[in-house]
Amino acid sequence: MDGSLMTLHYDVSPTDFTRAGEASSDVKNKLKQLGVSPQVIRKVAIAMYEGEINMVIHAQGGHITVDILPTMIRMELKDVGPGIEDVERAMQAGYSTAPDNIRSLGFGAGMGLPNMKKYSDTMQIDTVLGVGTTVTMTVDL
Amino acid sequence: MDTRFYHSVHLKKDLCNGCINCIKRCPTEAIRVRDGKAIIAGEFCIDCGECIRICSHHAKISRRDRPDILGRYKYTVALPAPSLYSQFNHLEDINIVLTALILLGFNDVYEVAAAAELVSEESRKYVADHPENWPFISTACPSVVRLIRVRFPNLIEHLLPINPPVEVAARLARREAVKKTGLPPDKIGVIFLSPCPSKVTYARSPLGNAHSDIDGVLAIQDIYPILLPLMKEAEKSPMDLARAGRIGVGWGGSGGEAAGMITSSYLAADGIENVIRVLEDLEDEKFSDLNFIELNACNGGCVGGVLTVENPYVAKAKLKQLNQYLPVSMTHKTPDIDNTDLYWTEPVEYLPVFRLGNSMMESLAMLNKVNRLCQKFPGLDCGSCGAPTCKALAEDIVRGNATQNDCIYVLKNHIHKLMDNANTLANNIFIGGDNAKEYIYILKQYITQLSSDISLLDASLNPSSGQEDGDGQEAD
Ligand SMILES: Nc1ncnc2c1ncn2[C@@H]1O[C@H](COP(=O)(O)OP(=O)(O)OP(=O)(O)O)[C@@H](O)[C@H]1O
Ligand code: SF4
Ligand code: SF4
Ligand SMILES: [Mg+2]
Repeated sequence: MDGSLMTLHYDVSPTDFTRAGEASSDVKNKLKQLGVSPQVIRKVAIAMYEGEINMVIHAQGGHITVDILPTMIRMELKDVGPGIEDVERAMQAGYSTAPDNIRSLGFGAGMGLPNMKKYSDTMQIDTVLGVGTTVTMTVDL
Repeated sequence: MDTRFYHSVHLKKDLCNGCINCIKRCPTEAIRVRDGKAIIAGEFCIDCGECIRICSHHAKISRRDRPDILGRYKYTVALPAPSLYSQFNHLEDINIVLTALILLGFNDVYEVAAAAELVSEESRKYVADHPENWPFISTACPSVVRLIRVRFPNLIEHLLPINPPVEVAARLARREAVKKTGLPPDKIGVIFLSPCPSKVTYARSPLGNAHSDIDGVLAIQDIYPILLPLMKEAEKSPMDLARAGRIGVGWGGSGGEAAGMITSSYLAADGIENVIRVLEDLEDEKFSDLNFIELNACNGGCVGGVLTVENPYVAKAKLKQLNQYLPVSMTHKTPDIDNTDLYWTEPVEYLPVFRLGNSMMESLAMLNKVNRLCQKFPGLDCGSCGAPTCKALAEDIVRGNATQNDCIYVLKNHIHKLMDNANTLANNIFIGGDNAKEYIYILKQYITQLSSDISLLDASLNPSSGQEDGDGQEAD
């Protein structure tokens, strides 16, 4: 995107749980190499990891683009999954549609989206049922 | 000397043959092979001892003191680590080991396990009183604290700010010895018997305190053979020296410290790779509802320290067996101490050694360059360049510590290109023409370039066998 100092791309694999978190982990290491403050790294890592997991659990994977801008980190998580029916409801703490087999893995507390909101400085969800969801978050530097 | 980067782990240069095994094993990618010899980058090394473990040429060693250090003091106290007890077969009475230490020449012993019980007691209180920083990460393994200091800045606030048992033991031992003998404190030698290089480093350059009270460190490995025959002797009439129970002795194996916390919401991980995985997850806040996390760099905990002799899992089993003869705890045998002995006095601060440049802009430019370089390399992580991965080589190049031609694949491609050019040129000469003489001159230049590339290739494939002496065991 315009003004980006560095753009990072990640494909999020659809069903592979063992690989979920690879993208956020890589971003975390890169931000450390850049000398970004620990507080910012923490916010980015937590928000992005939650989003990445959601792409694996609720959609069929997708693509993450991270832009490092002069004043912020911008993350765009784009999937072509089922979309979110009621965004307001999905944003509520504790709301989850995760099936039992997913819950048994320790996910499905309904805390992902609320945490993404909490740890990012801005967050926008664009979703169309049957088409997909794009979550865009920024964290100020 | 900048003691922030003092290291016990180092290279015995003459024994290193540049096999690159250790560079792959180092958890912080601190090692490179240059000119056929391993080099450890001090700012990255956490003294975990993994390279000592992996090097079959015994080229990586740990600094430590020699037993003759006892001669330097008027009165000496041995501080045996709990892991020491796990090294012997069929040991039923710790007093036999402790008595053997007296026979070895120490004037007194102070069990680190006894101090561990005080640390457990205080940790329980501290953790309960500070739920805002849950989960606390144990700080008894110095390598774990060092790892967090360079790699996990967001976890520093979770470090339990309590001294490791060995430090508490050293202080209590010195005080007790002064009281018993009337000697000035500096005439008393407080000597730790250590399972690992990590604690050798701690004694010289502690984190959480400006100074350590430990005067010297012997390796369990070194005193083990001396101790064995003395134990036969000690067995006949062991003295009553033991003052630690199950909780303290249990600290020698992974899970032992956590057991002393008497909580069920803890996690204990051992082995440096597992420790890193836990820290990564902790950084992303993947755990909830835990209040304590015990981490040991070595497999099995301190019984797996690289300066011990027994297989860590056998050692752990032995410790368990021994423990069944012990009372739960013996804190009544240790004197009251105050908080200044127990708590950190210096904060641990983040050292951003992985940062590439001095400013974010500079770092960005460097990272961009790293990414571009990575595309040039074959991604085999073969280690021939002396760096553990292609990416690490790219970072070295960007930092100015290596060149592209260190990659034998890049070099090989370069050679092919030169060959092709030389070939074309030779064809032109063959066909004839006016400029034959000039062409031959250029051809000669190509050949010179080729032979210099080939000698570069030679150098990276057959590292020279340098003959300089490394330094061996050292007293300070
Ligand atoms: N990318 C997505 N595509 C489709 N639905 C989504 C997506 N992300 C979230 N949702 C919906 O929003 C709900 C709430 O998401 P949230 O991340 O808050 O909780 P969760 O993923 O169910 O549980 P947790 O994140 O605590 O493990 C999900 O259960 C799901 O129905
Ligand atoms: S120190 Fe490293 S490179 Fe040298 S011989 Fe040992 S394992 Fe091989
Ligand atoms: S786990 Fe124990 S033996 Fe191993 S490095 Fe840490 S303190 Fe030393
Ligand atoms: Mg979620």
